[in-house]
Amino acid sequence: MSQEDFHAGGDRFPPTRRSVIEAVRSIDAQERERALEALCSAYWKPVYKYIRLRWNRPPDTAQDLTQGFFVEVLERELLEKFDAKKSRLRTYLRVCVDSFVMNVDKAGRRQKRGGNVPHLALDFGGAEEELGAAAIDPAKIASPESLEEFFEKEWVRSLFALAVEDLRVLCTARDRARTFRLFEAYDLDGNKSISYEKLSQEYAISVSDVTNALAWARREFRRIALERLRELCGSEEEFQREARAAFGWDAK
Amino acid sequence: MKFLSDQALERLRDAADTPDLAGTRYRLLERVARGGMGVVYAAEDEKLQRRVALKVLDVPGTDGDLANRLIREARVLARLEHPGIVPVHDVGTLADGRVFYTMKFVEGQRLDKHIATVNSVPDRLRLFLRICDAVGFAHARGVLHRDLKPANIMVGPFGEVLVMDWGLAKILRSVDSSPPQMADPDATIFEKPATPSANGQATDSSVITGHGTVMGTPGYMSPEQARGDVQLLDARSDIYSLGALLRFLLIEGKDAAPAHFRKRVDRSLEAICSKATAEAPAERYANVPEIALDVSRYLDGLAVGAHHESFLEKSARFYRRYRFFILLIAAYLAMRVAILVFLHR
Repeated sequence: MSQEDFHAGGDRFPPTRRSVIEAVRSIDAQERERALEALCSAYWKPVYKYIRLRWNRPPDTAQDLTQGFFVEVLERELLEKFDAKKSRLRTYLRVCVDSFVMNVDKAGRRQKRGGNVPHLALDFGGAEEELGAAAIDPAKIASPESLEEFFEKEWVRSLFALAVEDLRVLCTARDRARTFRLFEAYDLDGNKSISYEKLSQEYAISVSDVTNALAWARREFRRIALERLRELCGSEEEFQREARAAFGWDAK
Repeated sequence: MKFLSDQALERLRDAADTPDLAGTRYRLLERVARGGMGVVYAAEDEKLQRRVALKVLDVPGTDGDLANRLIREARVLARLEHPGIVPVHDVGTLADGRVFYTMKFVEGQRLDKHIATVNSVPDRLRLFLRICDAVGFAHARGVLHRDLKPANIMVGPFGEVLVMDWGLAKILRSVDSSPPQMADPDATIFEKPATPSANGQATDSSVITGHGTVMGTPGYMSPEQARGDVQLLDARSDIYSLGALLRFLLIEGKDAAPAHFRKRVDRSLEAICSKATAEAPAERYANVPEIALDVSRYLDGLAVGAHHESFLEKSARFYRRYRFFILLIAAYLAMRVAILVFLHR
């Protein structure tokens, strides 16, 4: 399938965001910056956590390395070298992180922070808390396969978290804050005693209003997550594979 | 940004999976199983007030073309009207772009479960022949199944055999047109996800793929299919799967079966399996009627085309076929000899 096909949009399928791989090759500086921003948003946490665990670096060094890595992506135009036919972007970036950390070790130099990396507020404190909350046993992720699995899981977590955030923004914009709260209560918080009936009583609405709101929120969440995912893939085939991995369709 | 726990991730996956059937005539009842590239639900057709199986495909296409193609091809399958093929009732697109189709809700047992209750070789072979009937019919209409395996065969409460999940089917040609020799690589219907089993055995899960890549189930998929040579796929690819299915029927559950059934698989049947699962398509049976004919001949006690018998084997088969008459003649001769001996004493 050609790139042109990949970006085509029909009536039922609204035009999708452009792939970051395409966008970083654009001559439009704004588009390049937006693509890198999308890439950083989705990948900085997995990269940071990966460096912390795989390379066993303390938080401040891991922060420097994470920022340095995205500077490197930009300066050395790593995305331009990515070939969607040979690997997944996710795997490619993880391998790039490994060689980046090894090079830094070799050079023994301190990475420059910031540079031209898109100006994102990277909440390293939050990422550190998440690592603590997950209580990961480093001994269990010693093999290359389990590291790949760990990186994938963190990437899915990051992707879904971004999609949930997008959904929250969408709900606010469409005056559907209650819908988001229902979605949060039923699908995110994991309160085992929650039910449609309880929610309908709590919000003084009918059960069918609750189920309709949840159906809408789930549909939008799915659409947003897939759209973000499509943006982070280099080809339709990679998108299909990554969608299966992200939504766990292979495992069920 | 909210931190999502592992449990929250799972709930989100489930939530994103649940199809929104608003705007369709169906009401979701329960999730039944995960099949190739999608989930099968039990649903109620509110218009006709009947239970149907509703399969929702996982990934929406980039544009409407994929959905249109899937719908077009599902229509071809819907025209496969045969008692051994699960009929497709309806096809459509959900609000989120996912394609769904509905089929007859089949109550019964999957072949891999049902087989434990069939303890005689002839009964198992008769089951196999009914599978051949359905697959042969589809081939005659220009459709390959490409994922024949025990998990895709259902045996109904009255012994009816149904070939399910035509999700990987490939249209070789239009139902009404003349037969070309090779598959159209763009005619893939619903492609399946990759989940090879941990132990390398065939599982319910088919292997995934995009166009021109691997589809099917390890152990049941032909070598050319495993290599992703979609251009080379023809009826002989399904013949390979039928051979693997026959082998499954002859071997599966034998340890638990009665002693008379535990003996080694007959050489003629083994030869049929080997011919059907030959590495090179040219060495396999050319079509389904050929393999069905060989199995029928075996059932009738005749020589099968796949195996050259030795004199001893021929004699043994002759004896098995005419055992009654041979024993009758032997008894008669023995009696005559006994009378002669008695008279000459």
